[in-house]
Amino acid sequence: MNRAIKFLIPLILFLIAVGFLAKGLFLDPHEVPSPLVGKPAPRFQAPILGEGSKTFSSEEMKGKVWLLNVWASWCPACRDEHPVLMAMAKTGQIAIYGLDYKDTDAEAQAVLKEHGNPYNTVATDADGKIGIDYGVYGVPETYVIDKAGVIRYKQIGPITEEILLTKIVPLLKELER
Amino acid sequence: MIPEIGQLSLILAFCFAIIQGILPLIGVWKNNATLSNFAVPAARAQFVFIALAFICLGYSFYANDFSVLYVASNSNSHLPLVYRLAAVWGGHEGSMLLWVSILAVWTMAVTMFAKGLPKSFRIRLIAVMGLVSVGFLAFIIFTSNPFERLVPAALDGRDLNPLLQDPGMVFHPPVLYMGYVGFSVAFAFAIAALLDGRLDVTWARWTRPWTTVAWVFLTLGIAFGSEWAYYELGWGGWWFWDAVENASFMPWLIGTALIHSLAVTEKRDAFKVWTVLLSICAFSLSLLGTFLVRSGVLTSVHAFATDPGRGLFILIYLVVVIGGALLLFALRAPTVGLGERFEVVSRESMLLANNVVLAAAASSVLLGTMYPLLMDALGAGKISVGPPYFDAVFVAIMVPGIFLMGLGPLAKWKKTSLPEIGTRLRVAAVISVVSALLVPSVMGKLTLMAAVGVFLGIWVMSTSLILLGNRIKTRQAAVPNLIENLKGIPLAFYAMLLAHIGIGVFILGVTLVKGYESEQDLRMEVNDVAQIGNLEFRFEGAKEVAGPNYLSSQGKFIVTSNNKEVAVLHPEKRFYPVQGAMMTEADIEPGVIKDLYVSLGEPLENGAWSVRIYIKPFVRWIWAGCILMALGGVLAFSDRRYRVVNKKNTKETQDLQEAFES
Repeated sequence: MNRAIKFLIPLILFLIAVGFLAKGLFLDPHEVPSPLVGKPAPRFQAPILGEGSKTFSSEEMKGKVWLLNVWASWCPACRDEHPVLMAMAKTGQIAIYGLDYKDTDAEAQAVLKEHGNPYNTVATDADGKIGIDYGVYGVPETYVIDKAGVIRYKQIGPITEEILLTKIVPLLKELER
Repeated sequence: MIPEIGQLSLILAFCFAIIQGILPLIGVWKNNATLSNFAVPAARAQFVFIALAFICLGYSFYANDFSVLYVASNSNSHLPLVYRLAAVWGGHEGSMLLWVSILAVWTMAVTMFAKGLPKSFRIRLIAVMGLVSVGFLAFIIFTSNPFERLVPAALDGRDLNPLLQDPGMVFHPPVLYMGYVGFSVAFAFAIAALLDGRLDVTWARWTRPWTTVAWVFLTLGIAFGSEWAYYELGWGGWWFWDAVENASFMPWLIGTALIHSLAVTEKRDAFKVWTVLLSICAFSLSLLGTFLVRSGVLTSVHAFATDPGRGLFILIYLVVVIGGALLLFALRAPTVGLGERFEVVSRESMLLANNVVLAAAASSVLLGTMYPLLMDALGAGKISVGPPYFDAVFVAIMVPGIFLMGLGPLAKWKKTSLPEIGTRLRVAAVISVVSALLVPSVMGKLTLMAAVGVFLGIWVMSTSLILLGNRIKTRQAAVPNLIENLKGIPLAFYAMLLAHIGIGVFILGVTLVKGYESEQDLRMEVNDVAQIGNLEFRFEGAKEVAGPNYLSSQGKFIVTSNNKEVAVLHPEKRFYPVQGAMMTEADIEPGVIKDLYVSLGEPLENGAWSVRIYIKPFVRWIWAGCILMALGGVLAFSDRRYRVVNKKNTKETQDLQEAFES
């Protein structure tokens, strides 16, 4: 009996995988509450992409509403999100700051050069330490941070036009008041 | 008219596939020779009609028939002929047709060359391949018809994606598909064997050459693809851990494990259950890859056509084919028995370790590829897992595996003593350690990664050469003439050496390019000179050039070293008006020691350009290593023992015995 069950393991594993595939087929991106929402954004100071010795500090942003977008050149989902960020940047409604996660400067710069740069400033997080503070477990992720430096919203996965219009823009309007 | 003939041919092929898949199985089961005899003619008829459909689609592209939707979406009257023909597999519908055509080629090959098999086994084999084909043909006919008409016809086509307008497009997809569709043969062998209850040494011997050939194609296909990405994408990367790349890499890893495991089954009648499972897994991963790429469940730069309806169809197909195979495995495998015993230190256990490492590596790649989907299904959001994960996990798993690769071939079947292997390997260890310290120091600076990489690369190569040395020495008494001696060693042995050395070459390439590549992003005006190391790159400006279906700004760079001209490079920035797309065409001066790689960024004011220059040391070794591996596969396949079936104790078998026992 025991022996027979052992030979069923591959089939069982496969069926579990099929369950996920089936679910994945009909899923849309959706958000999850993050424990960080409502808490002060972790402070960090990091080198600015493409500007050698200069650094960016999250302290500079006190008193402003800003968006922190965690991205990387190696992440195809970020490429999907990119046009939305570009559109957002064009409106000038909000300052978008990038955090270039576990990436090399050259490749990140190449992507921005090729597809356009929606960011005011990009801070680099080559070893992913800032990412750990922010609880980043996949890119892209985006944080809306208010004037007091508190995280008000976290988006896991790409920002779509819909999310932008229904979630982020109304929130920004409220925060700017 | 022609597209309708193609459509009809596909439907006829579908009918023949059903006959090929079902009647012979019933025939073997009921012992009815009339039904069994349908297998071969039905398979051949299926091949003829699929080939006809393929030719019809090719003709529609050739004739610029833009009343066919697929042609209108993927071609254009200005597209050069060779790309119009390659555009047959430039989109979803056509690549599915290519898939099923290649399956038909493999099935045809089985009907022609798998002659030595017992009749019932051969019929089951062909029937299983027929069943695989039924599903794919149904998928094409019902969800992805390449012959669908466009009414009214388009005046001109929307053009092939400019990224695909490259010689790589002509070779890469067919070769790659030959590889992973080729694992269907090993799969069919496994299923036929499970149905037959015949899982023995002869089964392994029959499966081996088929698996090896598929593996050779897959190896070459992946290498082509990597080289193509390297020059086409313009940022000098050669592997991106993209879902589509992973989809071809996972079957390669499992296929590699399978080749080794089959060797044990053939020689020692061991690992039988495991070998069957690997045969099923290799092809299952090919199918899974097709699903991942074609259904759009994963976001990928390669996914040109995605559609959940198609995804559902493929998913059901996966459940039937893979689920059915694994169910059969669960029912039949327990009766097979475990085979010969062996000691902890023996060639069997080394090969077992190899299998575990390769399977673990494939699992880690599978996990990384599926993880975003997993998180999404669990409601944790859409994320993507990138190279940082794959690099870290994959390297960590492979390092011990590669080290064992040096030991494995020196171990004997059944039982070996460690000290014995140790003495044989002293020289290799010394050479590897010295190179690990020396090479990185010569290249620039000594880092841990570089040292480990060089150590492993040299280790694999030097142990292989020592193995050859030992072999020559043991035969020297009997065959004193060196040439005769070398000639007498079976091809299978050289095959292994070549493939293993290929791995070593590959590792050196990866290590050195990763550790010591250099790049510069520059703003260059006309006649500006960029100095990198002892090389000077002079930019002579860019001029407009018109291609057949694009406009190009072509830059000219003269590379000199100590005032001696080394190379002239012409990188281009192309504009394809039909799709409104800009393409970067890097220009590369390839070399054994290093590649010089220049690509144009954006035009700036006054004829200046943003320019990217790379020096890529030893990057060619990556693909050279793959080619050596593939050559090893070709030699293994050519070994004469596959020409002698069912003859015991002939001279060949003795050679063979010798090949694997010393």
